[in-house]
Amino acid sequence: MSSERRVVITGLGATTPLGGSIADTWAAILAGRSGARTMPFDWVSEYDLPVTFAATIHTSPETVLSKVDMRRMDPATQYAMVAALDAWADAGAPEVEPERFGVAIGTGMGGIHTLLNQWDTLREKGVRRVFPLAVPMLMPNSPSGTVSLKFGARAGAHTAVSACASGAESMGTAFEMIRSGRADIAIAGGTEAAMHPICFAGFAQMQALSTRNDDPARASRPYDTGRDGFVMGEGAAVMVLESEEHARARGARVYAAFASIGMSADAHHITAPEPEGAGASRAMQEAVARAGLSATDIVHVNAHATSTPVGDVAEANAIRRAFGDAADAMAVSGTKSMTGHLLGAAGALEGVLTALALHHRLAPATINIDDLDPQIPLDVVRGEPRVLPGGDIAALNNSFGFGGHNVALVLTSA
Amino acid sequence: MARSEQEILEGLAEIVNEETGLDQADVQLDKSFTEDLDIDSLSMMTIVVNAEEKFGVRIPDDEVKNLKTVGDAVAFIQKTQDN
Repeated sequence: MSSERRVVITGLGATTPLGGSIADTWAAILAGRSGARTMPFDWVSEYDLPVTFAATIHTSPETVLSKVDMRRMDPATQYAMVAALDAWADAGAPEVEPERFGVAIGTGMGGIHTLLNQWDTLREKGVRRVFPLAVPMLMPNSPSGTVSLKFGARAGAHTAVSACASGAESMGTAFEMIRSGRADIAIAGGTEAAMHPICFAGFAQMQALSTRNDDPARASRPYDTGRDGFVMGEGAAVMVLESEEHARARGARVYAAFASIGMSADAHHITAPEPEGAGASRAMQEAVARAGLSATDIVHVNAHATSTPVGDVAEANAIRRAFGDAADAMAVSGTKSMTGHLLGAAGALEGVLTALALHHRLAPATINIDDLDPQIPLDVVRGEPRVLPGGDIAALNNSFGFGGHNVALVLTSA
Repeated sequence: MARSEQEILEGLAEIVNEETGLDQADVQLDKSFTEDLDIDSLSMMTIVVNAEEKFGVRIPDDEVKNLKTVGDAVAFIQKTQDN
């Protein structure tokens, strides 16, 4: 690995159900707040949806973007742009060579609002009223393409589409770009804007969503015996990745190092996790090995932990299977208990939160655990954030997506 | 009721402003859509369709390429609405 370049994280950004920036989001995470709320949309009652709440975006992108940009971007792209602007400013908005500047932003659903709204327009008003930008707005690579255009990033613009692993996989794509020498700096992350009745109807028909309609803030409860499904979230999160050499040369502040990515596919079922966690554990082991570390170096895990009855147990099994007794010493956080499940942005947001956990040496608490499920043999952080050890430490971030996609990232302290 | 040239210009300037963010005062009869206002073909299609709706006219796709300046568009709309 010595010939390959070290990659560091020099900027963080987000717009989430907890805040319009990563600073506000992190403050809410440390305070243990929930971003879930009853949805204000007319269509909730119009279609008599069985789920009436979600972790909707905290701050409208209108507060950052122009009216014209708002009209020309699907909400998925709007969120990605807000997060990218936040992260780029945080990185010090460096002058960089365009041909050495990359983008990788993933999404699970793409521009689903544009697709469905324009289909409605076609049926109701005819072809002449369909927006000429309908196609470039609905395509799933619109967020990465639009961010590349905005920042003049010309080394390549990429989009992983692997459901709820899209954000993590895209960060891995940017990491590989820099490590292999294709770029010196990159904007990487994920975005999702799927607050449309079809998504609630589809997920509800799968029995995947929590139906705790009377208490939204308590609905996302990973590892609790009373968990009954995930809480849909939306938003975007982005990090600025940079070769260590490039970051040093400009004196950039470094949050953490991006050490490795491990990936696998379950080939088991299109949505259900493989119950023994064989595929997920392979991704985790690969990530740790590729980082040149051993399981005992990992002190914190930001788990996928969506709050579904089956998924949380499968991941816990996979962590045990991957690391054996070394898992006992890992402080495990389920931040979806606060953010909800941001689907294609989830892995990106949790990657960003993992970087902040290493930077501040604080593992976030998992909220809403009244009764820890005895099937979860993990050291789950509850109550208050937990102080992480000093010295050189490493953390793991898991993301799994429908389709059987498993992605594990390893970050190390700066 | 037929609109005057000035009314059409003002209406068109509102549409251009909404689509591009350009100041309405910059939308003058002698301005070229592409050269002066930097409006690309996709934005032009949106402006045309919104103008059709606003002024109750039909601007055929073949005609759009002849509308080089704001004045061309205003004249076309004025002539068409009178028919």
